[in-house]
Amino acid sequence: MDKVSVTLTVNGQSYSREVEPRTLLVHLIREGLGLTGTHVGCDTSSCGSCTVIVDGLAVKSCTLLAVQADGSEITTVEGLASNGELHPIQEGFWEMHGLQCGFCTPGFLMASLQLLERNPDPSEEEIRHELEGNYCRCTGYHNIVRAIRYAADKLSAAEAVAGD
Amino acid sequence: MDKGFVGQAVKRKEDPRFLTGTGSYVDDLNLAGQVHAAMVRSPFAHADIRSIDPSKALALPGVVAVIVGQDLVDAGINGLPVGWLLDGLKTPDHPSIAVGRARHVGEIVAAVIAEDRYLAEDAAGLVEVDYGTLPSVADVSDALKPGAPTVHDDAPGNICFEWSIGDKDATDAAFAEAAQTVSLTLRNQRLVANAIEPRASLAQFNAGTEEYTLYTTSQNPHVHRLLLAAFILGIPEHKLRVISPDIGGGFGSKIFNYPEEVIVLHAARKLKRPVKWTAKRSESFLSDSQGRDHATEAELAVDGSGRVTGLRVKTLAAMGAYLTTFAPAVPTYLYGTLMSGQYALPNIYCEVTGVFSHTVPVDAYRGAGRPEATFLVERIMDRMAQTLGEDPAEFRRKNFIGKDQFPYQTPVALSYDSGDYEPALDRALEMVDYRQFRQDQAEARRQGRYLGLGLSSYIEACGLAPSAVVGSLGAQAGQWESSLVRVAPTGIIEVFTGSHSHGQGHETAFAQIVADELGVELDAIEIVHGDTGKVPFGWGTYGSRSAAVGGSAVVTAVRKVRDKAQKIAAHLLEAREEDLEYVSGQFQVKGSPDQAVSFGDIALQAHLAHNYPEDLEPGLEASAFYDPSNFVYPFGTHIAVVEVSPETGATKLLRYVAVDDCGPLINPLIVAGQVHGGIAQGAGQALLEHAVYESDGQFLTGSYLDYAVPRAEHLPSFETDHTFTPSPHNPLGVKGIGEAGTIASSAAVANAVIDALSPFGITHLDMPLSSQRVWRAIRDAQPAAAAD
Ligand code: FES
Ligand code: FES
Repeated sequence: MDKVSVTLTVNGQSYSREVEPRTLLVHLIREGLGLTGTHVGCDTSSCGSCTVIVDGLAVKSCTLLAVQADGSEITTVEGLASNGELHPIQEGFWEMHGLQCGFCTPGFLMASLQLLERNPDPSEEEIRHELEGNYCRCTGYHNIVRAIRYAADKLSAAEAVAGD
Repeated sequence: MDKGFVGQAVKRKEDPRFLTGTGSYVDDLNLAGQVHAAMVRSPFAHADIRSIDPSKALALPGVVAVIVGQDLVDAGINGLPVGWLLDGLKTPDHPSIAVGRARHVGEIVAAVIAEDRYLAEDAAGLVEVDYGTLPSVADVSDALKPGAPTVHDDAPGNICFEWSIGDKDATDAAFAEAAQTVSLTLRNQRLVANAIEPRASLAQFNAGTEEYTLYTTSQNPHVHRLLLAAFILGIPEHKLRVISPDIGGGFGSKIFNYPEEVIVLHAARKLKRPVKWTAKRSESFLSDSQGRDHATEAELAVDGSGRVTGLRVKTLAAMGAYLTTFAPAVPTYLYGTLMSGQYALPNIYCEVTGVFSHTVPVDAYRGAGRPEATFLVERIMDRMAQTLGEDPAEFRRKNFIGKDQFPYQTPVALSYDSGDYEPALDRALEMVDYRQFRQDQAEARRQGRYLGLGLSSYIEACGLAPSAVVGSLGAQAGQWESSLVRVAPTGIIEVFTGSHSHGQGHETAFAQIVADELGVELDAIEIVHGDTGKVPFGWGTYGSRSAAVGGSAVVTAVRKVRDKAQKIAAHLLEAREEDLEYVSGQFQVKGSPDQAVSFGDIALQAHLAHNYPEDLEPGLEASAFYDPSNFVYPFGTHIAVVEVSPETGATKLLRYVAVDDCGPLINPLIVAGQVHGGIAQGAGQALLEHAVYESDGQFLTGSYLDYAVPRAEHLPSFETDHTFTPSPHNPLGVKGIGEAGTIASSAAVANAVIDALSPFGITHLDMPLSSQRVWRAIRDAQPAAAAD
């Protein structure tokens, strides 16, 4: 199959790769770029394990062709922490035991990031509703909800300080 | 014990790598020169394979090989063995690739190896298989009917085994004398485990040393190695290294040997290149061993005072088309032995028939037999309470085994060594505010709203298991666990354990145990697991055994290390051993803490051996093989509160209260997580999940669009608490908690829905209690209710 060239920026770094037009974005990320933190849990765009941020939107990267992401800016789980400091959302999952096997976790982190951008102070009900595109089989979601609330509180506290 | 890490909600040591995307799951690994495997799977439940033509696939550039069943036979590769035998058990051959006949949808018919995974999938679609379809059967009852299509010629009538436990005559007599009996016909539906990480295997063969390495998604890498080497491939065990790195959940489904592992190992040797296979989710649905699937008739008898006197059970248990590793144990010794529940039930008789049908194999799924037993016992206890007009909580209480009756010998083989059931029931009732709820429920009913509350007072036998006991019951395996504690010259402590975490947090919990024993920081301890090249033989993680058995092995080994360290310390301090005490990571002379030597210094001296006791070997390490003397018996009471919409049949799970007794908690954070996840899976069974087959074995729920796993919105936050009754026989007093939530919750939720529906005269419905099923039941019951 003829290959096409794709250029994208992932976690601030620019990459160009030759891919088959049918290559899924998630496979480019995992296999083409070696960023294996983004996972594949299904083949029906259901589980959200593959969630990344594409141009500011949380996207299931198994649902997009790599060529569709040409020219876009992508953040994956590997880009969340900065200078060795965990992002508040990562910290929340750690503090609240929001992960067990960790396989769904990168997808949840990226989805929650966007959730909190849209709604910085979500209720439990809103969190549960917004997470409908992400499956976790280990935690029963209880601590994932608490982790996101932790991050919401931490981020709004930081906001308040910045606003002072 | 001055550090006291045990009992603390310590944040998990393993989390940073998972949070930053630097964990390594099998599919994250790639080896130089690797090729990819894709499987050609039977689309038919039962078919002759008349011929396979790989030529079009092989013509595709980049396709390296197509492997069929006969290739494995020619290479001297055997079928997959069964690790648990019962009297009269039929064990038909279970080839990794079908030879001549396929017996379930999804069975592998050929494997294609190609340069990349897309190409392998393309080529798999080009393999031409000429099938001759045959009559097929999926349902257990249908499979037993005269004239039903036969799955295996050597299992006439599709009977895999017939097994029973308990005293039939005594139980029949109890029923003859009963003041009241009730009966229930139950379907415990088939489920799919659905670990979010699909299975994956990557094999490498070193032609120079004749050594294989297999990276695979396994809960028990040594068991995989033993069966693959000694039984399937016929190679010396030490020539196969099995590495199971980070594992994305298992819930039982990653215990078993699977055909794909055999195929990639064979292909790696043949092609002299690493071969990788990763399941697509649709393949997981068709090839991971499934769970549950019982059809049961149950009857309960009480005497004139409402005390239970007899339980009679007849179960047909689906085994699928083949037996996987531990399949025969699940509906027998992990099921029939639990029929006494928490109750003083003097007469029990349970008969189980294992049935083959043209479906995916059935084996252990979280709880494995015990959720099925608990569902039955707790459902029929409710049914009886309702029939007698007694309160379901008080009916349970009245029938509990009393605190002073332990050890309690049940009529179904188990001896419960400890227990105290009322405090857990009381605490759960208090948390849910039971009296208030009943008032609210009555008030809601007056307004046309249907609230329901369901109890489940469960017991579990886990911490698998005393080896001699399971051996006498048919296990072809021991069930002790190993640990090796190795101290480096710098004082760093490596703990090698045969247990293997697939989400349970062993790297933290085991480190907490060791840190307390040695008075060191958690950072000084590294837990090593999941690699047969590093870890001594062990049996792995399943059956809620890692804390009780694996943890006991760790504690035993580390205490040996400490004993040796004490000898070295005595020498260094020129004191007598018995005059030393261990405080804050150092041995010191009792009463004079200035005369002390730290664990780190002892570790160094153990390796230098310059100033060293004459009669002592250098080095500082010890191993332990811990075989428990009994199972452990966690228990508790769970309560679910639901509201059912009479218009739509939809159930909302409003509250879930769980009071569990797993003895002392090593890490309350991890324990809570295990309880939460367990509840979610049981609630999923009660309300949503169902692996559905067409009557001819076509599989209808092969994706997440058809099989509903619980999402965040389906569940409430859970309210948890504990009572503490230590296990009397292991050094930590701990009992398993990994499966308790699942064991308890399907019954609690189902009982709650039936309670909500009681105004309609509905006394039982099978799971899943989907909107449709509940709505239909309400519709069908309306005339009766309206006539009241
Ligand atoms: S892998 Fe993308 S949604 Fe499941
Ligand atoms: S932590 Fe295992 S699937 Fe979510």
